Amino acid sequence: MRQAIARAWASDFMWSFRHSPVAIVSFIVAMVLIMAAILAPFIAPHTPFDPGSLNLMNGFSSPMQPNQFTGEVFWLGTDDQGRDVFSTILYGMRISLFVGFAAVTFAMILGVTLGLIAGYAGGWVGTLIMRVADVQLTFPGILVAMLIFGIAKGFTPIHLRDQMAIWVLIFAIGLSEWVQFARVVRGATLVEKGKEYVQAARLCGRSGTAIMVRHILPNVLGPVLVIATISLALSIIAEATLSFLGVGAPPTKPSLGTLIRIGQGYLFSGEWWILLFPAATLLTLALAVNLLGDWLRDVLNPRLR
Amino acid sequence: MLAFTIKRTFQSFIVLLVVGLVAFSMFRFVGDPVDNMLGQERTGADIERLRGVLGLDQPFPVQYFKFLKGAVQGNFGVSYRQGRPVSEIISERLPATLELAAVSAILAVGIGFALGVFVAIRRDGWVAHTIMTVSLVGVSLPTFLIGILLIYLFSVELNWLPSFGRGEVVMVGEWRTGFLTKSGLQALILPSITLGLYQMTLIMRLVRSEMLEVLRQDYIRFARARGLRDRSVYFRHALKNTLIPVITVTGLQLGSIIAFAIITETVFQWPGVGLLFINSIQFVDIPVMAAYLMLVSVMFVAINLIVDLLYFAIDPRLHVGRSGGTG
Amino acid sequence: MVEPVLSVRNLQVEIPLRKSLLRPVDNVSFDIAPGEILGVVGESGAGKSMTGNAIIGLLDRPAHICGGEVWLRGQRIDNLPPEAMRRIRGKGIGMVFQDPLTSLNPLLPIGAQLRETISEHLPVSNDEAAARAIAALEEVGIPGAARRVDAYPHEFSGGMRQRVVIALALCAEPGLVIADEPTTALDVSVQAQIIVLLKRLCRERGTAIMLVTHDMGVIAETADRVAVMYAGRLVELGPVREVLSAPCHPYTIGLMASTPLASQNRKRLNQIPGAMPRLDALPPGCAFQPRCTSAREVCGQGVGPDLTAGDGRAACWFTQAVSA
Repeated sequence: MRQAIARAWASDFMWSFRHSPVAIVSFIVAMVLIMAAILAPFIAPHTPFDPGSLNLMNGFSSPMQPNQFTGEVFWLGTDDQGRDVFSTILYGMRISLFVGFAAVTFAMILGVTLGLIAGYAGGWVGTLIMRVADVQLTFPGILVAMLIFGIAKGFTPIHLRDQMAIWVLIFAIGLSEWVQFARVVRGATLVEKGKEYVQAARLCGRSGTAIMVRHILPNVLGPVLVIATISLALSIIAEATLSFLGVGAPPTKPSLGTLIRIGQGYLFSGEWWILLFPAATLLTLALAVNLLGDWLRDVLNPRLR
Repeated sequence: MLAFTIKRTFQSFIVLLVVGLVAFSMFRFVGDPVDNMLGQERTGADIERLRGVLGLDQPFPVQYFKFLKGAVQGNFGVSYRQGRPVSEIISERLPATLELAAVSAILAVGIGFALGVFVAIRRDGWVAHTIMTVSLVGVSLPTFLIGILLIYLFSVELNWLPSFGRGEVVMVGEWRTGFLTKSGLQALILPSITLGLYQMTLIMRLVRSEMLEVLRQDYIRFARARGLRDRSVYFRHALKNTLIPVITVTGLQLGSIIAFAIITETVFQWPGVGLLFINSIQFVDIPVMAAYLMLVSVMFVAINLIVDLLYFAIDPRLHVGRSGGTG
Repeated sequence: MVEPVLSVRNLQVEIPLRKSLLRPVDNVSFDIAPGEILGVVGESGAGKSMTGNAIIGLLDRPAHICGGEVWLRGQRIDNLPPEAMRRIRGKGIGMVFQDPLTSLNPLLPIGAQLRETISEHLPVSNDEAAARAIAALEEVGIPGAARRVDAYPHEFSGGMRQRVVIALALCAEPGLVIADEPTTALDVSVQAQIIVLLKRLCRERGTAIMLVTHDMGVIAETADRVAVMYAGRLVELGPVREVLSAPCHPYTIGLMASTPLASQNRKRLNQIPGAMPRLDALPPGCAFQPRCTSAREVCGQGVGPDLTAGDGRAACWFTQAVSA
């Protein structure tokens, strides 16, 4: 019986996927970008952050045209220090995606755990958790992330700040996005808690943790997956924004946002490619993940919004 | 009504106290204020003296209370970086942010609402479909990219509008305004579009979905069944019911405008408090960060309170105690 | 015979879906005379409400009328442009919905909702519209109407709200009211009052009622004639007493046997085996045939004799055999 239901669900899911060109295209685009980021060391023609491999003579090469001094050709051109833009984008996307996935994972673990506790245990613990969530929700996520980033930076010893920046970023963005997970999980837990099978499990003498993990968690996976996908898009944008503002990834480990920050400086001097390509990559990535999340929400949980 | 207002005000007050605690903890525990204020050449006696002056030798609640007292009076100490009182720096820069935020908010709410209603009523038309598709791109487009794109188009390529700064400003009393000069108004165009566009998209999509939900309701069917005109059905019956859920989120969006101003101000080098905040994060200038946090919180809480009261004005179901009803 | 208020001829409604085409109302014909009360009964999904919505021109997309005609006082109305149809709603045909809790706009005082309806359809001044609004509330028995006219819907109980809904449906003096399950959502104690009120008001004005319900008891007490629907088709149509006492169509017989009526002291209720087929899986021929105890081979070939309005026959090949 359960297998049958699982199969029906899977086939319904696949049916709507096969019949949604938007979902297919955005899935393929997202996958290609993610694979490119993972395989960056193998795909990238240059290693842009190894100072030894750089030739300043290659600086400001236009895309697809041989450099006037060295005659080398760079697909997407080079920046001021002769770094290949295509390679910096691949490595930058690696950092953007890493921060995005890590932040969502962090937010998900934190939010799901707190949501389960708030819903299942209730009492003053639950009230406290939800109150904190309410207060945090009053403030835009990006502001919360900036603030946490600023405070965490204050705690980090100065000589470690650049090294720690990525982790601080993950922590800040993750902490700014746990609330949605917690709210949905709590709501679903409250509903499931009242159902007979959970009460039966409790009568059988199973512990609260076992009931939550074995029985309630599987039921909230759908909405959590939807929120995770939408959060991923938000995290990628948040990371890019923070890095663009100069309060994120350091110039030594540039993410897409950092690259755009660097590129903005050449907006008026004509080296458009240093800005355009990272910006287009970021936009494509964010749009693909967003569209995927949109579609997932419609399929898995039409009442979520 | 009065009880409700008092309750909400009390809740807002609690939120502010909590935020105050966070801000104060930043002061107290992030870095060492004494370290930050004294230079390299300091003696043990200097440190002790400054500790006494700053009250750091007093118990935590006393310090917290003093901090709150100072905050209420607009006293947030001295910027580590600029060495000037924070309140002075902020009051200099606040008008720039408020002017930018106000224009953006009017753009976002006005156009967002109108478009939302339009796409809800004409939901099967190709214009509505186009608007919805474009808006999806708009939601995915990070604010700073919008800003850069606008700069590229209107400043670099067309050379129509300035790409940074506020243009010429005029002092009106203590208020430094850009509304009164041509260059000030021109400088306002790109930043306010950048800042307003994202919120506009969100408001539009929200108005649309809420309005479609309302249009499915029985009372709309009944209004049609009584032969009321479309105009009356849409704007008299549907719109007001749409407003209720939309107002909350719109209120939050207006709060976000203050926050997102940070990004816009950075892109356009707009001399407001957002740019100040970003610089304070870069240099870990805690007093400025704390003051900004308190300022933004007060604004958010005020907006929330206004939203609650607006709710009250629109929804008669909240008027408890009026001619004792049933059901 | 007087000209009917409403005349429905071979009405067909269809809903195009992704893969199939549903026909929730199929070949339905009936007349309603001035001042007459026609009860329309059937299970949920039999097409009763859909028929009412089709007549008043309020089908939700993608449902639409795909065949047949609707005539109101000699004017064909099923193919009118939207603006002309709007003028007829409220003035030519009034409508009462099922749930009074959701039928009234919660943000407008009931008086405002009455006044806008009156001003829309009748050539009266604002003052007169206001006076008529109060009069309409008095007529439906709202105590202290002049005082309560500016109250909001949530300040009334369910029964009172349904009275307001009736006042709204009748305030532009339509010749026909379609009442779609007007008592289903109400407390049992209030149901009878509402039916009596509706009946009295319509008698006084000579307004005809199309009373859609699944409650046989309400039909028995209220209607002059009754139309029985099954799977989108009309299966029996006739004077209420005849249909109730001597039903012709096997479905009506089953329906009567499964309905507790105070007038008939039966010991136990019967039930019809099986369930109404889904609209996307209708059997060929008579839709009731799979559940019918007297089904023969011929039932799979056609839907039975065509029902002409008002002659009290059923759409069944074996009417005679069964009723004999």
